[in-house]
Amino acid sequence: MNDRSTVLQQLIEQFERGERRALARLLSLVENEHPVGLSAMAALYRRTGHAEVVGVTGPPGAGKSTLTNALIRAWRTRGRSVGVLAVDPSSSLTGGATLGDRIRMLENWADDRVYIRSMATRGQMGGLSTAVGASIHLLDAFGFDTVCVETVGVGQDEVDIAEVADTVLLLQVPGLGDSIQTIKAGILEIADILVVNKADAAGAAEVVRDLRNMLRLGEQRAWVPPIVETVATEFTGIDNLVSQIERHQAFLSASGEGAARLARRLRAEVARLARRQLTAHIDAVIASNAVDETLIQLETREIDPLSAARIVARIAADRLSESASVAG
Amino acid sequence: MLNTVEPNAEVPPRVGPIRVLIAKPGLDGHDRGAKVMARALRDAGMEVIYTGLFQTPEMIARAALDEDVDVIGLSILSGAHRALFPRIFQELRAAGLDDVLVVAGGTIPDEDVAALKEIGVAAVFGPGTPIETAVRFIRENAPNRSTV
Repeated sequence: MNDRSTVLQQLIEQFERGERRALARLLSLVENEHPVGLSAMAALYRRTGHAEVVGVTGPPGAGKSTLTNALIRAWRTRGRSVGVLAVDPSSSLTGGATLGDRIRMLENWADDRVYIRSMATRGQMGGLSTAVGASIHLLDAFGFDTVCVETVGVGQDEVDIAEVADTVLLLQVPGLGDSIQTIKAGILEIADILVVNKADAAGAAEVVRDLRNMLRLGEQRAWVPPIVETVATEFTGIDNLVSQIERHQAFLSASGEGAARLARRLRAEVARLARRQLTAHIDAVIASNAVDETLIQLETREIDPLSAARIVARIAADRLSESASVAG
Repeated sequence: MLNTVEPNAEVPPRVGPIRVLIAKPGLDGHDRGAKVMARALRDAGMEVIYTGLFQTPEMIARAALDEDVDVIGLSILSGAHRALFPRIFQELRAAGLDDVLVVAGGTIPDEDVAALKEIGVAAVFGPGTPIETAVRFIRENAPNRSTV
């Protein structure tokens, strides 16, 4: 047995005993796509499926981290354990990141049933990081009742959170534009609950009115997103918000929408991972001398670029299926 | 059961960015140095978790544990380093974080540096240290934790 297998087994045993250090290490190893992390995920996935996953999204400065902090307190009061993933952007220039969400969530730092982890997007667009899906699974497998995912500050079109969360909270704040913003396609369409934060600030009533009108314009749906006013810094409206989250969770299980969403999500997750696998192998093939002959044929115009690409894709797919059978 | 989950040796380990916790222990309210450092490390391609002012040794250890950082940068200008740093290391050891690189910056008199290194501080960057010196030290000395 090699060192890696020993480390893997130790980490899995510690994780199953509930040791935070093992959870923290595995989150890193999964995020870095380290073989130990990927193998641990394969072993631990069967433990998932118990957590409710709540997404918190909205524009920069809307109060996502502060609201998350308030939600942690409310969930803990109700006896729920909470794992948080807080995503901030990586620099597209250097790859570095300043992860500053944790600073707003220090209230519960000593609570053993609260775990907060900062993540950088690492080049992923859409408001999340590539590893968020796997990280949610790990927190779920660790046994947290609620997993809360805070996206980067988003604009209009970062809707990836809907692919991982059961319930999506969309924060709006006063001062970001008129009612025409509320009838655009995009992020408003994925909200399960609309949160008007900073509800004590000037213009909040207009935001609520615009959102209400937007909802009236739409077709009748089984779930109409409630509008919840909060002042997260003062914990105002948070109990109502948690009740609305619970109501949405109840709707998901009673209506069958939860099962339908789960099926869609699993399909989307597999598609995402499969694309990523294939892309990695294509990159490897392109960087190797396996394509030299094909490229010469392309240069001499014996074949065209699309035909060359199909040859590369075929080699990549063959290598992928070989490595899959080795791993399986 | 676990024997069936052999790590796949075909895939080379991908090394992630260095993760750094920047924290200010103690009661002084001056965080400019810490923010300058956080920014410089970010620009050097690292992931910097910034927890800000007034951190107790217990809070620092908990954040380092949860965030699985490779490096902890402590900024202190209150003069309380001789009291706080041993307690920070005590908490880190209790959390099993012996392999984390700990560096310090701020107003730390030269005569205290040896004592801090004794308890485990890898480097002390006093006033006037060029930013690049600190960044290079961290880059060259951060533990490579992907070598499992």
